[in-house]
Amino acid sequence: MTGDEACAEGALAAGCRFFGGYPITPATEIAEHMAERLPQLGGTFIQMEDEIAAIASVLGAAWAGQKGMTATSGPGFSLMMENVGLAVCTETPCVIVNVQRAGPSTGLPTMGAQADMMQARWGSHGHYEIIALAPSSAQEIFYQTITAFNLSERYRTPVFIMTDEIIGHMSEKVIIPAADRIQTEWRPKPSGRKDRFLLYKPGKNGVAPMPAAGEGYNVHVTGLTHDERGYPEMSVDTQAQMMDRLCRKILDNRDDIIMTESHHLDDAEIVLVSYGISSRTSMAAMQQARAMGLKVGFLRLITVWPFAEAQISALAERVKGFVTVEMNLGQIHLEVMRAANGKVPCHLVGHPGGTIIAPDQVIATLKEAF
Amino acid sequence: MQAATTPRAGSALVPEHPLEDLIRSDRIPHIWCPGCGIGTAFAATLTAMKSSGIDLHKTCMVSGIGCSGRAAGYVKLDSFHTTHGRAIPFATGLKLGNPELNVVVFSGDGDLFAIGGNHFIHAARRNMDLTVICLNNLNYGMTGGQVAATTPHLARTTTTPSGNPDAPFNLPLLAWASGATYVARWTVLHTRELTESIQKAITKSGFSFIEVLGPCPINYGRRNREKALQTLKLYRERTIIRNHADPSDLDVDFTKQVILGEFVDKERPTCIENYDKTCRLPE
Repeated sequence: MTGDEACAEGALAAGCRFFGGYPITPATEIAEHMAERLPQLGGTFIQMEDEIAAIASVLGAAWAGQKGMTATSGPGFSLMMENVGLAVCTETPCVIVNVQRAGPSTGLPTMGAQADMMQARWGSHGHYEIIALAPSSAQEIFYQTITAFNLSERYRTPVFIMTDEIIGHMSEKVIIPAADRIQTEWRPKPSGRKDRFLLYKPGKNGVAPMPAAGEGYNVHVTGLTHDERGYPEMSVDTQAQMMDRLCRKILDNRDDIIMTESHHLDDAEIVLVSYGISSRTSMAAMQQARAMGLKVGFLRLITVWPFAEAQISALAERVKGFVTVEMNLGQIHLEVMRAANGKVPCHLVGHPGGTIIAPDQVIATLKEAF
Repeated sequence: MQAATTPRAGSALVPEHPLEDLIRSDRIPHIWCPGCGIGTAFAATLTAMKSSGIDLHKTCMVSGIGCSGRAAGYVKLDSFHTTHGRAIPFATGLKLGNPELNVVVFSGDGDLFAIGGNHFIHAARRNMDLTVICLNNLNYGMTGGQVAATTPHLARTTTTPSGNPDAPFNLPLLAWASGATYVARWTVLHTRELTESIQKAITKSGFSFIEVLGPCPINYGRRNREKALQTLKLYRERTIIRNHADPSDLDVDFTKQVILGEFVDKERPTCIENYDKTCRLPE
């Protein structure tokens, strides 16, 4: 099946029973698959009037107690940003898939890119922490979609799946395990007296239990700065407390959230850093470079946000340099530079989008730079 | 500190408010200005919720942004204060996520019909089972009185200092044309009719829309030489109740006459009924 279909199947396996969508190339197939499959499983699909409505409906469904998802690409991702902020601020679990295409603006709708990585990090206004995963195959998008839902429920936060047109439209073999072999999580539920319940009083991992509408908790949910009761409170102190908790529930749990894959890092002198479709380029380039006798290793970012800063900083102490491979003109590359902190040179093998990066381009950079 | 000096509601000195059980009294005082009409429409909504006999534990209020958007913050129900213009799509997800919920959208004219206009017509087209109450005060109050999609032609606002060059929406006509199954308009002076209308809308399935005209003396009134009491006088003297009037006759023009009443009350399958029938396999 295609990556888009595998994503939809992953969502269903994770327990997603609501999808609010809007057609956009190259993400439409996710909506189409959900439109067919959700009613079979007792869920609901709705095609909304635009992407703003699509994500707003997903947030509404989340507060009705559902696991909800939407899928889009660049222009729709831009339209969703304000409500991503609402989801962060109100701690509403949801999964947002961006099947990236080349931009800016309408760009190359049918051709892939990885140029929305910084938009995923900072696209909504205000300062916040976010989780973004980057799958590199149809099989992986199936599993990562389940992981995205689990992280979203565990930390009550929106989670992005930053895939791209190439993975979305590529057909690959996907093995779907039996349902009892798939681990799914749900948001922590409140217990105790309903009249004393505080909507944003955190539990052990910094995450507050979340009731659904209609369960008798009379919650008030607002995107205004709010206190533990959820009540708006226009004060510097409340802002500081809310922000501290919102950021810390992600930052303090980075060890749990950040997933990477390492190849030949033990003896590596040069480390390729990549994610998503470009990690397949990087894997091939590493193998070619090794065959040529170059000590090249590869760090694949499965979780892109929060960034694997500690891992790169540690590598910067002992390697000779980094080469970041991504289909944009330098987004994660700058993060790698920041984490390397001037200790070793950092190079970019980038592309403005439209086609996959060839391993030869990586080899050429390796030869030229090191 | 306040509690030590102010007698508490429910004590011998201050009788309990009849809507005490539905108001977050720990959030009072509210932000609405003296002379504002929102409180009256809000109280009518809560009264209608109580008298309708619906299960209040299964009842939610969703608001957007603006003065009326603050209503969700004062109601002691599951309540959602969302993003500007997006109360209806949020409410749509809430209803689809749990069809047992009664979902009431309470918001203002700027929120529902300018930035959120597209969502309104589509929710009406689908016949989403929502009750949408729009407090129409003819301008953007929260930001200090700018022109809205409902501001009368030639009226002055901070962004139309020489008068509004544009024409306003006829909201009941828009709702009717979009497929709403219940449409009514009242002013905050017509509280009894308004409350009855809201009660009817809440208990009726499908997309219900009620426009409530309310004064905004601080922003709209001040710039158009209209004190709060004068606005209420207009509501009394320049309105006529004509149920089932032709929707195209429902322009809001207080230099002539404004028609109030119940304009649409019909049945058609809701969004959820149609989805279940069309998309789900028979059991």
